[in-house]
Amino acid sequence: SCAGPVESKTEAAMSELVPEPRQKPVVPTKPMGINTSLLGYIGIDTIIEQMRKKTMKTGFDFNIMVVGQSGLGKSTLVNTLFKSQVSRKSSGWNREEKIPKTVEIKAIGHVIEEGGVKMKLTVIDTPGFGDQINNENCWEPIEKYINEQYEKFLKEEVNIARKKRIPDTRVHCCLYFISPTGHSLRPLDLEFMKHLSKVVNIIPVIAKADTMTLEEKTEFKQRVRKELEVNGIEFYPQKEFDEDLEDKTENDKIRQESMPFAVVGSDKEYQVNGKRVLGRKTPWGIIEVENLTHCEFALLRDFVIRTHLQDLKEVTHNIHYETYRAKRLNDNGGLPPMTVETEENHESNL
Amino acid sequence: YTQAVFSCQFSDSAGYVGFANLPNQVHRKSVKKGFEFTLMVVGESGLGKSTLINSLFLTDLYPERYIPGAAEKIERTVQIEASTVEIEERGVKLRLTVVDTPGYGDAINSQDCFKTIIQYIDNQFERYLHDESGLNRRHIIDNRVHCCFYFISPFGHGLKPLDVEFMKALHGKVNIVPVIAKADTLTLKERERLKRRVLDEISEHGIRIYQLPDADSDEDEEFKEQTRASIPFAVIGSNQLIEVKGKKIRGRLYPWGVVEVENPEHNDFLKLRTMLVTHMQDLQEVTQDLHYENFRSERLKRTGK
Repeated sequence: SCAGPVESKTEAAMSELVPEPRQKPVVPTKPMGINTSLLGYIGIDTIIEQMRKKTMKTGFDFNIMVVGQSGLGKSTLVNTLFKSQVSRKSSGWNREEKIPKTVEIKAIGHVIEEGGVKMKLTVIDTPGFGDQINNENCWEPIEKYINEQYEKFLKEEVNIARKKRIPDTRVHCCLYFISPTGHSLRPLDLEFMKHLSKVVNIIPVIAKADTMTLEEKTEFKQRVRKELEVNGIEFYPQKEFDEDLEDKTENDKIRQESMPFAVVGSDKEYQVNGKRVLGRKTPWGIIEVENLTHCEFALLRDFVIRTHLQDLKEVTHNIHYETYRAKRLNDNGGLPPMTVETEENHESNL
Repeated sequence: YTQAVFSCQFSDSAGYVGFANLPNQVHRKSVKKGFEFTLMVVGESGLGKSTLINSLFLTDLYPERYIPGAAEKIERTVQIEASTVEIEERGVKLRLTVVDTPGYGDAINSQDCFKTIIQYIDNQFERYLHDESGLNRRHIIDNRVHCCFYFISPFGHGLKPLDVEFMKALHGKVNIVPVIAKADTLTLKERERLKRRVLDEISEHGIRIYQLPDADSDEDEEFKEQTRASIPFAVIGSNQLIEVKGKKIRGRLYPWGVVEVENPEHNDFLKLRTMLVTHMQDLQEVTQDLHYENFRSERLKRTGK
């Protein structure tokens, strides 16, 4: 964003134009030119508009995974986040249905549109997580799924004739639902987050926060934050990826005060003070989901969607995916794994 | 696992989710980082390339220019010289690299003169490919040539054999924008005739120059058509400021009048600049998606996998 008319930019512009030391091209360069005067307007700032048009045309992908025990309100929360029925709620396991023996991975895609922006949203549900008697290693299918998406992307990227826009099925964000026990994290929570925070962006949320009073909520959050810190769990936004002071200040506040978000979800509307609100009706009052004095849903929504959505994707692409890729290259002797995509041969030599 | 992906639009319940803000998030980072663009200029000596570049970006990219005499030029082969300047406008930073090709077309026998240029372009592709395939990809620098202004002499009757050969050799490697230089040596009629000649010859030889993408629904269709119809742009550049009607403008002072660079009735300079600046993103995209990908797949096929 700029301040001031173009004319007065001349003085300011000159101080910006200090040539930075830059990697030299292979051929001899002339000394860096410095703008001597900028009389008039060229129109370079229109590149922003060009990029925005392009991104609007191509649309956005966003893949969000939800992990947590049955009944913690995962589907409801996702539906509330995107104000659409994007996740099918399970009303518990019927007698006839069996609890899945292992964690299932269910990915369902939707296209939602707002203000001319199209988003292809994929919600990845993980029924069965933490529901068994013996939950050892129940995060493995999840880790496997996440790595499989990195693998898919990598394969397409190293293809000789590759697609213009590689379809992105990588998990950009994993909401981990913590049960509002009021005590502490459970061992399963720690194990899951320890393993998975290394491969995906984890955002811990405290589910069904309407079971706690304000004091209980504050204490519980503090305790959870402490436990995460003591166990070295780097949830999103990770400290080491703050790019500049601006990011750091903003993210520090979120990490140290707001997270984990204590949320309540609902897809039912009620009338409160003449307004239609999403909420939960109880004999003692209506819990308004988007009311910040009731719960932190709005904070989570703003965080994931309105401010950090792009960053979630970038960290996934630039950090988690690159880590995976580097490991694959190293395993392959430093060479990119090549595939010639033929009809018969969809196997690669990875 | 089950995966059902289907497209359908759910009507939102009374509620604003907020991801319409997404394009702004995307660009916040880009604006912070700034943009890079590499423009190559090719044409014989003396066609006004440097002057045009200075006029386009309101800068003096070549402050201490040394112009060699004819005897020196005999010895010279084509050089590649890259100059980089940082321009900032309304908070948007652009790092512009102009790749000049002095010596092009100067030699008595110009048969090999575009080999050096092809090599330069390929080298940038090669470096990018190498960086892209490496382990540490966090700071890849994009030095690839996004656009090439090819200067056509106004003194001839159309394209010269060298022009044809160059464009045929390079249209698969870079976006070519043909430009008729020193347009003030032509009357308007002569200009139109030359433009038509050039376009006919381009199509005759199957040369693929940069095509402007179709106008978006909210873009001025007519303006786009007008721009398209003006190609090749007949331009004039000037390093001199002349006072006309109380204003200082770039122009050329003749006994018979003043040629104004930024006057659309005098030449296509503004059209060229507008086209370049409003298509920077598209030029980069075509370079990446078409020229670079072609290079890459050829290259990978050659290393035999």
